[in-house]
Amino acid sequence: MTTLDQRVGGRVGESTRRPDGIPKATGTFEFVGDLEADDMLWAATRRLYVPHARLTRVDTTPALTMDGVHAVLTQEDVPGLPYQGQIIHDQPVLAEGEVRYWGEAVAIVAADDFETARRAAAAIIVEYEPLPALTDLEEALDREEIFRHVPVRRGDLDVHGEVVVEGYYETQTVDQAPLGTEAGLAIPDGEGGVDLYPPSQWIHVDLEQLAACLGLEEDQVRVHPTGLGGAFGSREDMSVHAHLCMLALRTGRPVKTWYDRLESFAGHVKRHAARMWYRHEADRDGRLVRVEAKVLLDGGAYHMTSDAVIANSAYFAVGPYRCDTVIVDGYALRTNNPPAGAMRGFGANQVAFAYEAQMDRLAEALGMDPLELRLKNAIGPGEHLATTGQEITEPLPVREVIETIRAMPIADVDDRPIGWGLTTPAERIVRAVGYAIGFKNLAFSEGFDDYADARVVLTTDGAEVHTAASEVGQGMVTILEQIARTVLGVSRARTVWDDTAHIGSAGSSSASRQTQMTGGAVYQAALQVRRDVLDRWGGDDLDDRGVLRNGEVIVTWEDVCRDGDPSAEVRFRHPPTEEPDENGQGRLHADFSIGIERAVVDVDLELGLARVVQIDAVQDVGRALNPMQIIGQIEGGVAQGFGAALLEEVVLREGTVMNPTFTDYLLPTIEDMPPVESIIIEQPGTWGPFGAKGFAETPTIAATPAVVAALRRATGRALNRIPVRPEDIVF
Amino acid sequence: MQIEYPTTVSDAVDVLASWPDATLLSGGTDLMVEVNYRHRRLDQVVALRRIAELAEMDSAWIGAGVTHARLERSPWQGLAEAARTVGSPQIRSVGTIGGNLGTASPAGDTFPFLAAVDAAIVLRSASGVRTLPWDEFFTGPKQNARRPGELIAGVQLPEAVPARQAFAKVGRRSAMVIAIVSACVTRNEDGDVTVALGAVGPTVLRARQAEAMINAERRLTDTMLDEFQRLVADEVQPIDDIRASAAYRRHASGVLARRLLERVW
Repeated sequence: MTTLDQRVGGRVGESTRRPDGIPKATGTFEFVGDLEADDMLWAATRRLYVPHARLTRVDTTPALTMDGVHAVLTQEDVPGLPYQGQIIHDQPVLAEGEVRYWGEAVAIVAADDFETARRAAAAIIVEYEPLPALTDLEEALDREEIFRHVPVRRGDLDVHGEVVVEGYYETQTVDQAPLGTEAGLAIPDGEGGVDLYPPSQWIHVDLEQLAACLGLEEDQVRVHPTGLGGAFGSREDMSVHAHLCMLALRTGRPVKTWYDRLESFAGHVKRHAARMWYRHEADRDGRLVRVEAKVLLDGGAYHMTSDAVIANSAYFAVGPYRCDTVIVDGYALRTNNPPAGAMRGFGANQVAFAYEAQMDRLAEALGMDPLELRLKNAIGPGEHLATTGQEITEPLPVREVIETIRAMPIADVDDRPIGWGLTTPAERIVRAVGYAIGFKNLAFSEGFDDYADARVVLTTDGAEVHTAASEVGQGMVTILEQIARTVLGVSRARTVWDDTAHIGSAGSSSASRQTQMTGGAVYQAALQVRRDVLDRWGGDDLDDRGVLRNGEVIVTWEDVCRDGDPSAEVRFRHPPTEEPDENGQGRLHADFSIGIERAVVDVDLELGLARVVQIDAVQDVGRALNPMQIIGQIEGGVAQGFGAALLEEVVLREGTVMNPTFTDYLLPTIEDMPPVESIIIEQPGTWGPFGAKGFAETPTIAATPAVVAALRRATGRALNRIPVRPEDIVF
Repeated sequence: MQIEYPTTVSDAVDVLASWPDATLLSGGTDLMVEVNYRHRRLDQVVALRRIAELAEMDSAWIGAGVTHARLERSPWQGLAEAARTVGSPQIRSVGTIGGNLGTASPAGDTFPFLAAVDAAIVLRSASGVRTLPWDEFFTGPKQNARRPGELIAGVQLPEAVPARQAFAKVGRRSAMVIAIVSACVTRNEDGDVTVALGAVGPTVLRARQAEAMINAERRLTDTMLDEFQRLVADEVQPIDDIRASAAYRRHASGVLARRLLERVW
């Protein structure tokens, strides 16, 4: 499907190049939006950009009667279950009598070309009565519009501390803003089934929903992995999927679509906005004795993955700190704001912004150094997570990351002017430093049967890794091939992406899980192939020539593969987790990742402008399979994290998105990006390949509170809401 | 859609005589965004890039086809600094001052300089030439005085442009950002100061009272600077929008103008 550079070599531990790197940089890589098929039609979507309205009339006649239009479909045309959703199927495939969020899809069109499809979609008559939009989180809670309430009660609830810090915090709605917008291609098989090439982080979970929506058996729908221009959670829930399949099945022709940036803002889930109330109580020595938190997440109009996101917010509400009395209530709420779902950090970001601010304020109240307070309360192996009570049984270097960053020298950064055109002269700059940790679970939690399938085949041309795991740009393909080469002793490996009919689920490319999960499956499968071959031929090692004994080749790969390529398929599972009890207690998580960052920020107090001039990061990775990719993930996470601190916000007014373009949804540019100095901490875990752990969400979780901590130091202001705007500093 | 590619100004105005409502294309960094987002469907387009004479520039003339990339290297410091804040390198290499004037956004980055030096905009049509002072050319947000059939030929600068010029812009990130406030302050050999601000009114505007105060006092004490800052903040006419509140814009206008005044003094 995609063009990969096959000349990449390298074993585990080396900073080997990405096989998709040069094809992507030179434009030969085939992204999902590049796919085409013979005799293909184009699809367009009619959306209603109103937060809440009753549809009084949808007349498709003007579109149907246009030349070149082949089908116009609405919710009544959904062949099977007319709802979708990754966890709970509650989102109509197309609007059902009303629209419940800005930009909900009402109808879909297939036509000879894209322009005709878009004109036809616009020609559909849509009449509606606006309805009151529920957009306020506290009102949603009062009205009990609750997707999920996650309570945590742990310890002696009568215990109190002498030193008390209370705070209220807000975080914004964030868009994942992947460079590649939604696109896809569906091809009917002529026998009532369909092949779909969607933008997806998890094709097997798409398959379950699609088969139900289309009223087909699962073997009649084949979902194919595609080349993606980023995801960050935005591809966990379906977008173009069911629409394209419906149009392909109705017209009997391949159907393609592509969203422009504005439609992309309407077409995928967002990071939940949050409101959080916190009360931390400590003794005079700075030991946390009680933490209470209430967390409201804005789930938007439909469930999507909110039920899992709120679990993370609740279970990570205290951070990696020891505390024996914890009371948390997390609520994911239904509103008429855009549906929220997965985004890098998955519910751990919002609470980290709050509890790290609380820790700094507590340190101030105690007259303690903020890092010293964190060290005093840092949990480690053998101790218990403050919220769920789960014993930490894997390496978790909380103390080590804090001590390491404290020992890192602060870079001597020149007093660079802020902004262009000499807006801020150097003498107007105040410089300050802030620290924050990032902490979250790895892989799926709460008793979910989380597994990844992979097949490894040894051929005369090296190893083949077969997987359905989505390469969203994160570099998983590099890691899988490094693992296969290392275990099998060969210098060539290539990844083959199989569709849902040819291999089992790899689970989602999310939750920082694929290095451990699909990487774990590839590792086990490669080990099995290695053992099988050595047993069969009586060898003791493998290399590019064949099977060796005592350093001599005893059989070549040509001979080994004469009767068929040796292969093994493995279903890999992480250590099991449990469902929470009624108090949110239990072994709910398979593993955890910890990181910390130090932000050096320059602030122009008079204009309220801020510039991040340096980030230092220390990150727990278990074992570094590819140091260069780790650095890349840290730096990317930093960019996304300080973007959320200073710039990024989906601005909502009564449910309407006010800035659905990159003109006004401000992402950091290269000019805003500070240098990043990273230190990798290696304490091998017990179940990932070679001791590796996932980690790539934690750097972005840490960056946001670290930057705001520095801003608080520079300005003396509370800054309890992100993104911090210039006027929050000035007024 | 019909498109014409004239190679001379006289050919262009001939085309415009028969297509008076044609859309003029000069860089396309605003126009193509509108087209891509389907806000505009074009019927007749006159593409101006092939007209060499529109790209001419001399000591008192900036042709409408001069790109922001060339303005970055122009001799007028206040304009060069402004041009450097426009978009990205790609935008600056195709976007033109004529296109900037045609769009007439209140936040147009080149306008504070043009207003501060009292530039005039020259319009050409089949019936002749009109020269409009900047404050007659800009008529409102994204509105200007160009008539159907007219072409923006360029910008006429006064014979004596003040030697000391400074520009600065406030935006939330370091590049590719629309101004929340932009400002240009000039000071000539006689010590006369002008102050122009963008993105804080329906069009670029001059802070006349602040100018009058400082030009009467001719001293730069802290008291004078405070008063200057206050007058600028009073004179701007900002609105609330998603980029910033009116109150912040008013505040930042005063701060920015004061800093620029200190730079040109």
